[in-house]
Amino acid sequence: MDSFALLLAATLNSGTVLAFAALGLLINERAGIVNLGAEGIMLVAAVAGYATAVHTGSDTLAFAGGAAAGALLAAAFGVLVIWLNTNQYATGLALSLFGVGFSAFVGIGYTQAKLGERPNFAVPYLSDIPFVGPAFFRQHPMVYLAIALTAALAWFLYRSRAGLVLRAVGESPESAHALGYPVRRIRLFAVMVGGALCGISGAYISVVYTPLWVEGMVAGKGWIALALTTFATWRPARVLLGAYLFGGVTMLQFALQGEGVQIASQFLTMMPYLATILVLVLISRNATFIRVNMPASIGKPFFPGS
Amino acid sequence: MLKLEARPEQSKLMSVMSPVLALAITVVIGTILFMLLGKDPMRGLYVFFVEPLKSVYALTELAMKATPLILIALGLAVCFRSNVWNIGAEGQFVVGAIAAAGVAMQAGPDTGRWIVVPVLVAGVLGGMVWSGIVAFLRDRFNANEILVSLMLVYVADQVLGYLVYGPWKDPAGFNFPQTITFLKSTAVPKLFTGFRVNIGVILALLAVGGFWVLLFRTYAGFQLQVGGLAPAAARYAGFSSRKALWTALLLSGGMAGLAGALEVAGPLGQLTPYVPAGYGFAAIIVAYVGRLHPVGIIFSAILMSMFYIGGELAQSRLGLPKSLTGVFQGLLLFTLLACDTLIVYRIRWQAARPVPPKAMPIPAATLTTGKGA
Amino acid sequence: MLRLELVNISKQYPAVKANDSVNLKVEPGEIHAVLGENGAGKSTMMKMIYGAVRPDEGEIRWNGQAVNIRNPQEARHLGISMVFQHFSLFDTLSAAENVWLGLDKSLSLAEVTQRMMKVEKEYGLDVEPLRPVHTLSVGERQRVEIVRALMTNPKCLILDEPTSVLTPQAVDKLFVTLRKLAAEGTSILYISHKLDEIRALCTNCTVLRGGKVTGTVDPRTETNAGLSRLMIGAEPPQLQHKQAKLGAVVLDVRGLSLPKEDHFGMNLTDIRLQVKAGEIVGIAGVSGNGQQELMAAMSGEDTRSPPDSIHLFGKDISNHSPRKRRKEGLHFVPEERLGRGAVPTLSLAANTLLTRTEAVDRSGWVRTAEVTKLAQELIRRFNVKAGGPDAAAKSLSGGNLQKFIVGREIHANPKLLIVSQPTWGVDVGAAAQIRGELLALRDQGCALLVVSEELDELFEICDRLVVIAQGRVSPSVATSAATIEMIGEWMSGLWDKSARQNEESLHAQA
Repeated sequence: MDSFALLLAATLNSGTVLAFAALGLLINERAGIVNLGAEGIMLVAAVAGYATAVHTGSDTLAFAGGAAAGALLAAAFGVLVIWLNTNQYATGLALSLFGVGFSAFVGIGYTQAKLGERPNFAVPYLSDIPFVGPAFFRQHPMVYLAIALTAALAWFLYRSRAGLVLRAVGESPESAHALGYPVRRIRLFAVMVGGALCGISGAYISVVYTPLWVEGMVAGKGWIALALTTFATWRPARVLLGAYLFGGVTMLQFALQGEGVQIASQFLTMMPYLATILVLVLISRNATFIRVNMPASIGKPFFPGS
Repeated sequence: MLKLEARPEQSKLMSVMSPVLALAITVVIGTILFMLLGKDPMRGLYVFFVEPLKSVYALTELAMKATPLILIALGLAVCFRSNVWNIGAEGQFVVGAIAAAGVAMQAGPDTGRWIVVPVLVAGVLGGMVWSGIVAFLRDRFNANEILVSLMLVYVADQVLGYLVYGPWKDPAGFNFPQTITFLKSTAVPKLFTGFRVNIGVILALLAVGGFWVLLFRTYAGFQLQVGGLAPAAARYAGFSSRKALWTALLLSGGMAGLAGALEVAGPLGQLTPYVPAGYGFAAIIVAYVGRLHPVGIIFSAILMSMFYIGGELAQSRLGLPKSLTGVFQGLLLFTLLACDTLIVYRIRWQAARPVPPKAMPIPAATLTTGKGA
Repeated sequence: MLRLELVNISKQYPAVKANDSVNLKVEPGEIHAVLGENGAGKSTMMKMIYGAVRPDEGEIRWNGQAVNIRNPQEARHLGISMVFQHFSLFDTLSAAENVWLGLDKSLSLAEVTQRMMKVEKEYGLDVEPLRPVHTLSVGERQRVEIVRALMTNPKCLILDEPTSVLTPQAVDKLFVTLRKLAAEGTSILYISHKLDEIRALCTNCTVLRGGKVTGTVDPRTETNAGLSRLMIGAEPPQLQHKQAKLGAVVLDVRGLSLPKEDHFGMNLTDIRLQVKAGEIVGIAGVSGNGQQELMAAMSGEDTRSPPDSIHLFGKDISNHSPRKRRKEGLHFVPEERLGRGAVPTLSLAANTLLTRTEAVDRSGWVRTAEVTKLAQELIRRFNVKAGGPDAAAKSLSGGNLQKFIVGREIHANPKLLIVSQPTWGVDVGAAAQIRGELLALRDQGCALLVVSEELDELFEICDRLVVIAQGRVSPSVATSAATIEMIGEWMSGLWDKSARQNEESLHAQA
């Protein structure tokens, strides 16, 4: 029972990484922009966050640093894609490739640096409840922030006028432009917020999840987050659930190894990636379902004044 | 202020100049980077752009590095032109290497040189199988090929790890994760004695010719391109998008697999966890910088090889980290995409016009009565 | 005092001067037509009034004061509101949400919904506010656009080609609404190229040609010929009509039923249609009633047609691909030129390869010299103004590209030519040439099927007419026996009534 509680706790922890990134990508895609640079952004943010934590000793500043790095890279991407109308997929890829190299480059000085003693977080009283306590209430505050963020985003998208405008822009930027909305500025804002959230996710990986810096430590989570937004048909609550699901699958490999299951470790490591493929296959089968739920302008260039 | 204005026709000049401009910008940024790192920028540029060309040996090394890049990029060019986004060439490269290694390890002491052919063919088939999975999942289930092909890269890496740490580990290898060194009979024939360069270079050049003919002189190539440029027109014309999908993926998977086979049966001579060298991703950049054109790809592959070799030299001579290569490569693609806008747009200076005051709303009284002026 | 005035307004684009010292005077309560053919500069002028585009020279005056309208929101503040030709609606949102987005922030969604229903009642524009827009018909969508515009209390309402999506009866209803608005003091700018409508509705008319104003007249006192002269510099061209010489049945559609492929599409139900050699059959109908789906089934872009439903010369071609259909003699001109009929960035020569494969060997090798020659031949024979066979398709004007595409299919010597919207967005000269080519093809014994939203065009070139409504096709009627009113009724699906009436009168005569 104890180990199951720990498994749940680990799932929440792992899922939070994906949640922040996927929610950020959701905001992007709701505006009609798909950012394949998520992996690169997360890597650079991870090293930025780690470096900030090493130099300042503050987790909060580390997250701020990661968010800033993410927003900055996303802004560069956004300018290219929104004002110069470069191909979204190619530009995102370029960003990812750049991020892989740049993070490795900058991170060289930090592979040996260690963060200070990691504090143990626990919600008072609630964390002492048997089973539920260790499972849910001994998490880093960011875990709870992710849940709050999901709720806030859902409210924003479906209950606020600003959210309606965002959805309208993603549905038809031409119509929104004709009505006088500053489509390009809205999209840039969405891209930067999305980048900041991906950055927070990256910083979380290097500062909380596995507190160290190693080249390529994001290990594909940026790509999984992209798949997650599609899997969740662009709805915040489903994104969060999906993130926890994937977190669970990732943690399962450690649990299985712990139980002494006789499978080569590489097959366990493969699990999240195979799960992603499976999930994509399941959700994409019904093409009509996807088309009805997908923001219609994703990936397409927008030319005002045409 | 600067303003972007659409050109009536795409600028052919900029089509060719854009990669050059992008390179120039990357070099400038590189120079700044060198200076920030406290290194002499001239020395840095020398190491990257002159050293790799200095001797015959250096040139053959350049050709060796460029070969897999050319092969993979040719396949990717077909893919990207058809709007099929195969990002997983790296995984197809690895699986091709695995398949080739599997065949190479069957060679006995009496096997003749002919075994090189099945080794290479196995590589092609291995790559095709791996990319075929992507095609199947997209064809049957509409699953996004970007994410599927990418996930398969991670899976391929794990499969490789499993093999070299497990069943294929060399029993006499001191427990290092590596297979046996392949017998000399399986080695890809070299071109000249004394140099490492092998017939892979010839294969690459032949492939360039073949792909040029495919893209620009065959109806199949035309169909692929229309499918990428205007899917509705392709449907109108009756071109099968399924055929295009499978052709593009199998072709690029095969090319990546061939590159993998050449690496493993050539300079490496065995399978190790370091087989994935990032060529599959670098080839994406090579394809783009080469304008998705077979001849352009030769030039961009040489350029990227210079980045690779320069990076290694910079590490040994200047103490700069090898990851600098990755930074430059990513930066090159980024700047290229930005410069490509100049093909379709012009930059114009527009003098700021004197702006009259904001439009005055009608006084409230008239609005509420709603009648008359 | 004038409500709206444009004084010497000019706008230059890289390749063309869209508006050249244009003047416009609109009185309060006036219904003012802006007449011009495609490409004359009407939409540029409207974009400047509406705030989407800034003029290079000249002044815009509102109620006598010079104003600088920087964006559509400022235009709305002034009281200028626009109903677009291609709707600016968001399909997945409800009608009320769409209206809400078109207004400025002050009201809540609930308040907007309430006010919407009031406005609808007042002007006879019923639409359910809570329905998602993609479930609405095209006419209903236009009503949402109009309601959205009306809720800003416009002092000047601009309507851009509003009747292309309406049946003749719906057009009359719209005119009633517009006259009511004008009587209340709202100025209306009515952009159109339909002479009859302008003469029926408008009290003033500014005519544009090639970016310049060629005249400002009262359309009530003008004839179609007079307006036409101002619009294109000449009388509308007359076409030669020979008696149809009918041959065998070429196309026989027998009970074609096809479920929609797309969530937003229309089902086709029991379509029956025949076209003989030597005649032109026209399909009339308001857009969005299944034309696209029917065309895709005819051309082979949709191969799901049930077996035995489509016959060409008696042969079942229901599941043939477009290439196979072309081999049998069926050629098709789609309504979208750029992106479907031609690839925009490829040359004219390359674009011939889409449907003409005479220069392709069995092995797949393309004889590029021959391809270029074909393009040159098409350019010459069909009078296409282009930079040459290597010019990119998108560098041609709409009319010239359409001539090229139609020419490409005519030149292939088809046995059946299907054309969708032959002259949409095409200048009058090119339109006349295209219609002439279609008639010439018919005189040579080809069978033609033409889909068009312009009733005038169909009446001009077709021998027989059918109407498509809600995915069903009416029985056919000879053009000579049809009237606009009757076709208008049929467009609402009411052909059984008329058919029975016709039958009864025939019986009575017998």
